[in-house]
Amino acid sequence: MRVILALLLALLPGLALAVQPDEMLKDPALEARARNISSELRCLVCQNQSIDDSDAGLARDLRLMVRERLQAGDTDAQVQGFLVQRYGDFILLKPPFKAETLLLWLAPLFVLLGSGAALFAFSRRRRPAESAAALSPVEQAKLSELLEERADQPG
Amino acid sequence: MIVEIGHYALVLALALAIVQGVAPLVGALRRDAALMAMAQPAAVMQFLLIGVSFAALTHAYVTSDFSVVNVFENSHSLKPLIYKYSGVWGNHEGSMLLWVLILALFGATVALFSRGMPDDLRALVLAVQSWLSAAFLLFVLLTSNPFARMIPAPIEGRDLNPLLQDPGLAIHPPLLYVGYVGFSITFSFAAAALISGRIDAAWARYVRPWTLIAWIFLTLGIAMGSYWAYYTLGWGGFWFWDPVENASLMPWLAGTALLHSAAVMEKRDALKIWTIFLAILAFSLSLLGTFLVRSGVLTSVHSFATDPQRGVFILGILIFFIGGSLALFALRASALKPGGIFAPVSREGALVLNNLLLTTSCATVFVGTLYPLALEAMTDEKISVGAPFFNLTFGPLFIPIVLAMPIGQMLAWKRGDLYGAAQRLTLACAIGFVGAVLLYAMRGGPIVPPVLAGLALYLIVGSFVEIWGRVSGGSSVGAMFSRAIGLPRSAWGTAIAHAGIGLTLFGLAATGWGVERIVTVKPNQPVVAGPYEIIVRGLEPRDGSNFRELVAHTDILEGGRLIATMDPSRRSFTTRTMVRTEAGIKTIGLGQVYMNIAEVRDDGSLDLRLYWKPYVALIWLGALVMALGGLLSLSDRRLRIGIAKRAATRVVAQPAE
Repeated sequence: MRVILALLLALLPGLALAVQPDEMLKDPALEARARNISSELRCLVCQNQSIDDSDAGLARDLRLMVRERLQAGDTDAQVQGFLVQRYGDFILLKPPFKAETLLLWLAPLFVLLGSGAALFAFSRRRRPAESAAALSPVEQAKLSELLEERADQPG
Repeated sequence: MIVEIGHYALVLALALAIVQGVAPLVGALRRDAALMAMAQPAAVMQFLLIGVSFAALTHAYVTSDFSVVNVFENSHSLKPLIYKYSGVWGNHEGSMLLWVLILALFGATVALFSRGMPDDLRALVLAVQSWLSAAFLLFVLLTSNPFARMIPAPIEGRDLNPLLQDPGLAIHPPLLYVGYVGFSITFSFAAAALISGRIDAAWARYVRPWTLIAWIFLTLGIAMGSYWAYYTLGWGGFWFWDPVENASLMPWLAGTALLHSAAVMEKRDALKIWTIFLAILAFSLSLLGTFLVRSGVLTSVHSFATDPQRGVFILGILIFFIGGSLALFALRASALKPGGIFAPVSREGALVLNNLLLTTSCATVFVGTLYPLALEAMTDEKISVGAPFFNLTFGPLFIPIVLAMPIGQMLAWKRGDLYGAAQRLTLACAIGFVGAVLLYAMRGGPIVPPVLAGLALYLIVGSFVEIWGRVSGGSSVGAMFSRAIGLPRSAWGTAIAHAGIGLTLFGLAATGWGVERIVTVKPNQPVVAGPYEIIVRGLEPRDGSNFRELVAHTDILEGGRLIATMDPSRRSFTTRTMVRTEAGIKTIGLGQVYMNIAEVRDDGSLDLRLYWKPYVALIWLGALVMALGGLLSLSDRRLRIGIAKRAATRVVAQPAE
């Protein structure tokens, strides 16, 4: 039994999931900050995973680096700045607001305002058509005349 | 031999698709009944041929015919039987074959269940649908042939990627594809309407059941994919704003908008141009999704293919169909007469707001998904757009949608009473508010989860206020019951689908109250997660058909009493030498205990990731409830295909223009 177990253990190398117990900091507040920062940093060799979620070796290194900086007394922004300096904006899952990302960040607003304005313009254009459908005074007079005529007729 | 028959059937299907794309089109334009009549048998035959082809490939998988390259690369003789079936679409070639199969399935169903439709509309729809299948059949045959042979045949296959050896593979892709590809029919309807110039309320009635079917399946497909990721990936994440997920979310958002605008078109003959545009948009986004996933533009778990030839081919298909339909749209849209007029505060107005917000959120996902690609192509600068971006932009857009949903249900057509609607929602608002305050008091923590949960409660209650208003006038319980039964099923469908969104939202809000424990333990050493105590009792090695695993027998205790057990494990697949963890998941009420073995150490201790996730099941239950709402709507008398037929004959009987 023990032999099989040992064999199986040998067969199961490598795969270690995301944050491991031995990486975690003793201070829960500091650890919470580390987790928070990690969830917004991209594992550079993975597909759209944060370093907090990733199993890759690089992600582990980055997680340890984040914790090292925090223990050295860096603020969250300083840790982030340090990593951006080393790896570029690519590491940020939330891209910074700058000239190249202006369109990205403002797109929802543009679309909302643009289509809202288009709707408004459209309904304004429609309204005259609606009032044109109303009767002119002459037509109104003619209509009441006809109605009266009809009312006059018996049965 | 069977493999060759499959290949040949596919070639025949292509030839037939070309005939079906041309003859009925010419017939419709020349008013030639004989040519138009070719569409129906051709569509059915096309489906049968592709069905034969699909069956042939399945046969090759089940019999482990490794002389077929596709089978060799993705199967193994020891693979469990269910994965031999589902493995057919667990690779690029096979999944494209499933794509065309479903495309043809929709064509065939339209051919069979549309006897009441005007002949020219049906002929045009089937012709356009056939153009689509011809393009994709060509794609399969030229760039992704699943029937290619290799000589000599290898003795054993390379096995399917272990991550895909899961019941999820049997369910998720077919559901998702039926949804995705289902929008092809609305696309074909839109193109047919633009070609024939007949765009009216009757058209909206014909197209609405198809939109609903596609929407129901897409909802289920997305939810299933999300749950699959949740239990497979090992830390309980269920949505990552991955480009591949976004590719399925975009058609869902456009399709949801389409459902609502088509309702306006059907009832009030308004929003016609917009509805046609959305019908084109929804399928264009499906095509875009296929391009993103299949071309390997984005490297992601879902891209089996990284062959540029395929990418360029799909891009060609994409440009041809989206460009063509938009050109047609530009030519014809100006000729459309605006229909019914309505005040801004009305059911129509609310649905316009719904469309505005849904298309904006769709555009947000679109830009966020493609921006990094575009930026890198133009400036060589690499940026990442991940979950934090989408949460920050998509989230705020969805809150007004939730707020407006019950109000919209309450407004009358043409001109509504906003004050009255708000008044009738007092109870829903109160329940939402009190719920939020109570949850905040009980659970503490950040303010966002209770606020979202309060919104969810408001939505769930608010969804039924309109129905309650129509039922509560009954004199007795029995009378109220018969009133409730007598309501149109689509009214129930709306209420239930909206409430489903509320349930999902509540589940999402509750993720904020989850408990996470990342610990190293020895067997029999308890760990506390939320209200439960979790104890690993012992490890046991086990053999599967094509893997070996180490199982951790685990007890869940509440107040010292054993309430459940679970068996998480680590599986090692011999052929691909890959390890996969199987999470242990136990549903308790609406919450789940989730456990994953991250590492087994030499001294017998285990690294665990343990979670207590309250109300988490609501996320997917909500999606099921949404689909149920859709199903109820679909079963409404008004939308049933036979009824549409009778309604159509009435429409046809009207004096010609």
